[in-house]
Amino acid sequence: MGKFQLITKGLIKENPTFVLLLGMCPTLATTTSAINGMSMGLATLFVLVLSNMAISLIAPYIPDKVRIPSYIVVIATFVTLLQFVMQAYVPDIYETLGLFIPLIVVNCIVLGRAEAFANKNGVVDSALDGIGIGLGFTLSLTVLGLVREILGSGSMFGWKFIEGDGILAFVLAPGAFLALGYLIVIFRKLTTK
Amino acid sequence: MDKLLVSPSPHLHTKTSTKSLMRDVVIALLPAVVVSVLFYGWSELLILGVSVASCVLLEYVITRYLLKKPCSVGDFSAVVTGLLLALNLPSTTPWWIVFIGAVVAIGVAKMTFGGLGQNLFNPAIVGRVFLLISFPAQMTDWTRPQGFIGGGLDALSGATPLGLAKEGGVAAVEGLDYMDMLFYNIGGSAGELSAIALLIGFVYLLVRKVIRPYITLSILATVAVFSGIFWAIDPTTYTDPLFNLLTGGLLLGSIFMATDYVTSPMSNWGGVIFGVGIGIITMLIRYFGAYPEGVSFAILIMNSVVPLINKVCHAKKYGR
Repeated sequence: MGKFQLITKGLIKENPTFVLLLGMCPTLATTTSAINGMSMGLATLFVLVLSNMAISLIAPYIPDKVRIPSYIVVIATFVTLLQFVMQAYVPDIYETLGLFIPLIVVNCIVLGRAEAFANKNGVVDSALDGIGIGLGFTLSLTVLGLVREILGSGSMFGWKFIEGDGILAFVLAPGAFLALGYLIVIFRKLTTK
Repeated sequence: MDKLLVSPSPHLHTKTSTKSLMRDVVIALLPAVVVSVLFYGWSELLILGVSVASCVLLEYVITRYLLKKPCSVGDFSAVVTGLLLALNLPSTTPWWIVFIGAVVAIGVAKMTFGGLGQNLFNPAIVGRVFLLISFPAQMTDWTRPQGFIGGGLDALSGATPLGLAKEGGVAAVEGLDYMDMLFYNIGGSAGELSAIALLIGFVYLLVRKVIRPYITLSILATVAVFSGIFWAIDPTTYTDPLFNLLTGGLLLGSIFMATDYVTSPMSNWGGVIFGVGIGIITMLIRYFGAYPEGVSFAILIMNSVVPLINKVCHAKKYGR
């Protein structure tokens, strides 16, 4: 597999949201607007790349029996780091995303890539894999957030194009499920020709 | 007849078809439709028209161009969905909200699951609940428009009886007359206006053997018993059984929507379990919930457990 494919596979073939259906909790909960979705995606991307690199480096020295707890410790370290950085530079987004930032520790995507890819591959490949999957996640969350924002609040990236409220259900939980379901249908339709 | 037809059983056929059943439901809804148009006038007529037309049109467009299946508009089920959706909305609903409701009812709740017979949830209720959480202001605006008869004199723009009871407790609804509720309600969705009109429809459906009475009667009995117990304990906090039976969407829901073939249990005992569940959830929401009315939520919740009920209450195999 070429280096370039490592990145592109995360976007389409192994898109974490629309194909693998991993990390559904942040996907459904944080995509109330495009900005929120994108921030969540970028936060996960950050943790994913760093934890993939670190785990690919230390994987040979971790006893097999305790590898999952060890991965969690590594991931938790980077999430704590991310929390402090976000608190310092983007406090607004940190407030909005709230609990879902610390929850990246138990995100299936991060742990899944550590288990399925990083512990068998080199540092560079793991970093590229992290970037690919992270970008796929970011793009999916942004699209989902954008759809929900357009329908739910009548705005795009915070720019309002109608007066008043949109279809409120799309900002609430049921709309998240509906929008995600139909986006998966469209994604499948477009990618499996 | 020049050849002998050999075919496997069953050899007895009935003329009943989806089309004839749905046509009977439309006929049974007519009294309620007529009453709502008489009392709410042109705006109600517009809502009914937009709702039915968009449901039928959407069903046609989706089956024809998106699913490329044989068109199922002819079986009247979209008309029934459209009528029920319209009767579940306040008579002041703007037409574009009605259209969004029709899109959700037909497009999301019915066609996404594969059309009539495969939908898990009652389309009309999904449409209504979606609108209720999407447009809370417009969906609870009970301003009474000028009707062809009866209006004008009591230009009530207040809440529904259930809404009043939620806000001000039993004292707020003490002055209401039960005869008013029986013939034309003082406020609410179009289909909640007249209990008599809905009951006429119920009797017609029973006589034509379109529905079996178990689901409807078990819902009504559960509501009566549940509210009776609470009312007996503390009549100053809890509204009485008759009030609960006559107000809100209870009759409309229990007669026309809970009995939907596709989304209700198949056996009679299953229907009873289903009805008791709806009754209890409805009363829990009315007495303790955040919303004044809970029939539509109750039906949706029980819709989702229908496969489990069917599993418990299947018919015994012959000879065992």
